[in-house]
Amino acid sequence: MASVPLLSLAIWVPILAGLAVLAAGGEGNARNQRWIALGGAVIGFLVTIPLYTKFDAQSAGFQFVERELWIERFNIFYHLGVDGISVLFVLLNSFITILVVIAGWSVIEKRVSQYYASFLIMSGMLNGVFSAMDALLFYVFFEATLIPMFIIIGVWGGPNRVYAAVKFFLYTLLGSLLMLVSMLYLYNKAGSSFAIADWHKLPLALNVQVLLFFGFLFAFAVKVPMWPVHTWLPDAHTEAPTGGSVVLAAILLKLGAYGFVRFTLPVLPDASRELAWMMIGLSLVAIAYIGLVTLVQTDMKRLIAYSSVSHMGFVTLGFFIMNAYGIEGALVQMISHGFVSAALFLCIGVLYDRMHSRAIADYGGVVNTMPRFAALMMLFAMANAGLPATSGFVGEFMVIMGAMKTSFWLAFVAATTLILGASYTLWMYKRVIFGDVANEHVGALKDLNPRELGVLVALAVATLFMGIYPVAFTEVMHAAVDDLLRHVALPKL
Amino acid sequence: MTLHDLVNHMPALPEVIVLLGACVVMLVDVQVKSEQRVASFRLAQAVLIAATAATLFVQWVDGPAKLYLFSGLFVSDALSNLLKLVCYASVWAALVYSRQYLLDRGLLRGEFITLLLFSLLGMMIMISASSFLTIYLGLELMSLCLYAMVALNRDSPLSTEAAMKYFVLGALSSGLLLYGMSMIYGATGSLSLTEVARVTSQLAGATSDRAFLAFGLVFVVAGLAFKIGVAPFHMWIPDVYHGAPTAVTLVIGSGPKVAAFAMAVRLLINGLPDLASDWQEMLAILALLSMAIGNITAIAQSNLKRMLAYSTIAHMGFMLLGLLSGVVGGNRLSVTDAYTAALFYVIVYVIMSVGAFGMLLYLSRKGFECENLDDLKGLSKTSPWYAFLMLVLMFSLAGIPPTAGFYAKLAVLSAAVTAGYLWLAVAAVVLSLVGAFYYLRIVKLMYFDEPKEGAVAPGHPEMRVLLSANGLLLLIFGIAPSMLMNVCFEVIKAL
Repeated sequence: MASVPLLSLAIWVPILAGLAVLAAGGEGNARNQRWIALGGAVIGFLVTIPLYTKFDAQSAGFQFVERELWIERFNIFYHLGVDGISVLFVLLNSFITILVVIAGWSVIEKRVSQYYASFLIMSGMLNGVFSAMDALLFYVFFEATLIPMFIIIGVWGGPNRVYAAVKFFLYTLLGSLLMLVSMLYLYNKAGSSFAIADWHKLPLALNVQVLLFFGFLFAFAVKVPMWPVHTWLPDAHTEAPTGGSVVLAAILLKLGAYGFVRFTLPVLPDASRELAWMMIGLSLVAIAYIGLVTLVQTDMKRLIAYSSVSHMGFVTLGFFIMNAYGIEGALVQMISHGFVSAALFLCIGVLYDRMHSRAIADYGGVVNTMPRFAALMMLFAMANAGLPATSGFVGEFMVIMGAMKTSFWLAFVAATTLILGASYTLWMYKRVIFGDVANEHVGALKDLNPRELGVLVALAVATLFMGIYPVAFTEVMHAAVDDLLRHVALPKL
Repeated sequence: MTLHDLVNHMPALPEVIVLLGACVVMLVDVQVKSEQRVASFRLAQAVLIAATAATLFVQWVDGPAKLYLFSGLFVSDALSNLLKLVCYASVWAALVYSRQYLLDRGLLRGEFITLLLFSLLGMMIMISASSFLTIYLGLELMSLCLYAMVALNRDSPLSTEAAMKYFVLGALSSGLLLYGMSMIYGATGSLSLTEVARVTSQLAGATSDRAFLAFGLVFVVAGLAFKIGVAPFHMWIPDVYHGAPTAVTLVIGSGPKVAAFAMAVRLLINGLPDLASDWQEMLAILALLSMAIGNITAIAQSNLKRMLAYSTIAHMGFMLLGLLSGVVGGNRLSVTDAYTAALFYVIVYVIMSVGAFGMLLYLSRKGFECENLDDLKGLSKTSPWYAFLMLVLMFSLAGIPPTAGFYAKLAVLSAAVTAGYLWLAVAAVVLSLVGAFYYLRIVKLMYFDEPKEGAVAPGHPEMRVLLSANGLLLLIFGIAPSMLMNVCFEVIKAL
């Protein structure tokens, strides 16, 4: 198996499938385009399965490595590989892509080929981000994902989509451009090398590390998004089509957090330790303050978007308390949030497709007409609130444990999420699902069709499996996380 | 003239071909009766092919050698050959893209083709100049042709006004350049750039001569800045780009930039390398101002041609970043990388600029000028393929990967960071974010808005193929930038 370039396949199969969908063009044969897209997504997922089954969990190093000289003038390599941290995201991304394709099956009617092509091409690029071992390759994929997402939000989004799309693009571009300058600086320092592994060994003075830290921070904080640069997210989420919201929440938000693990912590360990208080502070604000903001949302998508910000606060908190519980918990939280937020956005999508409204006030008593939907959404709402035996619990619990090791008060503030999360999610659930049938539109609702049911059940299984048997996920990352912690502990002044 | 002389003057063969070709086109065109001017058009293309073949041949024979001809007035090296090839390509594109446009407006006259070829000759002379004299000669030949071309549409007050402005400011800048050159001549006693370089390197200690040189240098740089079109010497660009017929704007926005770049290389890098610390500071100010004024002002433009004009100013500022990052405190270690970056930037910029104006020409019809932002509304619905090409062009101009524009920006930023101009790199990056906004607005108009009118009539097949190739080239260089980068590197190494 070693000779098969699995990672390249994971990147290029979806991209080529996307181009094939585009080539199939035309409004007339949307059916063919959908099937090509589904085929591409499924094959794209199948090729990533060996990444997990053949993965050597004992090794902290990168596996499935591919390395070709790409741009010789800058010593840039097409250098791919996954370790215990990134392999799960490649899988998650490929899995979510299938669901997105299915979710848009009958909903998207205008410019079908462009819709599917955008998603597939973006999916390939995202796999590229997670498997790039050359900083510039990482940057190229990281930036290139902006283009399809911009189009997705802007073309298929809601009424205020143009504003949201432009805001999304410019916000993220500002962050990544500063990262580019930081990368160029490191490239110079490392003797003309963009290899991330070389940067890990690079000694850097503290003040330089701090400057670079902020350079990277901008790029990653905007993507995560951390408070106070999160304001693009609610707009982008609200206006994006369902599939766009799913990918945004499940995968794109992980890019920033992944950047922290891949660059900030190991390359700038001293600055990270020095500034951990700030990161922890910002994370706590995100958890507690954004949790409160979430409570008062009247739009379901906006509510889940804010809850994402709050949950991602947990992730950054986990990273910067810098112990094994914290980091593993944060990674688990990232995967879990990928499942749960995707599922919740799909649930809202199901309602929106029927009622064309996202306002909580327009609903009530949905359980009377859509019992199966109500049951599934209940599960995801509970997972979002962090109920034990769902995936949401595992990550939050681990991070709180990690925080407890650092300080009781830290853990105390972080634990408010258990109350806030339950309040905003379940309160929304109650208002939308329970009670009497609110109006005749709700009364006329039809329950899930097989396609929707299949998608949600798949996510429900994933959520429960991860909640009951998290070892399947954590065992893969142990070695890599230990290695990361060793790097972080080592001063490199 | 003996055979030996002939062989020795081989490197000037492309110039000879273009000169003779231009004259032949002029004579033949008098006899051409048809509106379409097929004969002159094809003849001009044949001249370009012959010149390309000759240039490739010269390159093949001489390799990386640097040859001086006509008592050191003319130089032929890898750089001149590469830049000439870029100029041929841009003129070829100008011919193909503008044909239908000019035909629809009754402007497809022999003058256009002849002037185009003569301006090409001017560019080639500038590119191969190795003396103040030849630089000025080439510059004036090119500029005079361009002035006339801007006024090609005699009945349009806008064009006439633009031509007047261009002419007056162009003459002023030529004057500045000449004044600076004369001062350098006074200090060094020579017009030849190699000689100037030799003398200035020996003058390093003598402060009085150095002040004299620096004084001349200021005027030379000012003149150069006019021709390249960087702030604060940029005033003519928006008016000329806007006023000239789009076909002519395309010409002004492509080849002359290459020629101006060559002029900068010849004057500053070949001629005055020992004053690098002086001119680098000047270029840094020019670069920063251009990036700021270009990008910020472009946002306020509703006219596409004006917007692209300001975008040119910003891009030329970016290109200067490469030129000014070569010598660091007297250390010439990173010269090759820095100048390679600038060269790469210019070539990529020309591809983008030609493509963008080509797109405007494609979308214009008889009685309709595609020149306002709103004219692009909903393009992705009416012609998805061209909208896609425009999208690639815009993202490339904005410098978003995976397009060639990104690597151009990467190269110059890397050069600036290596040279220690970290603040300049950060400023450039922030300003290019400002720039991203107006390129993004075009994508927004094409993809998010509803079309105003029906599909564009498909243009000439030759144009469709070339335009598609032009757009895809940016994507190809975006995925495999190594090819072009290596060529640029080899060329600069041989400089």
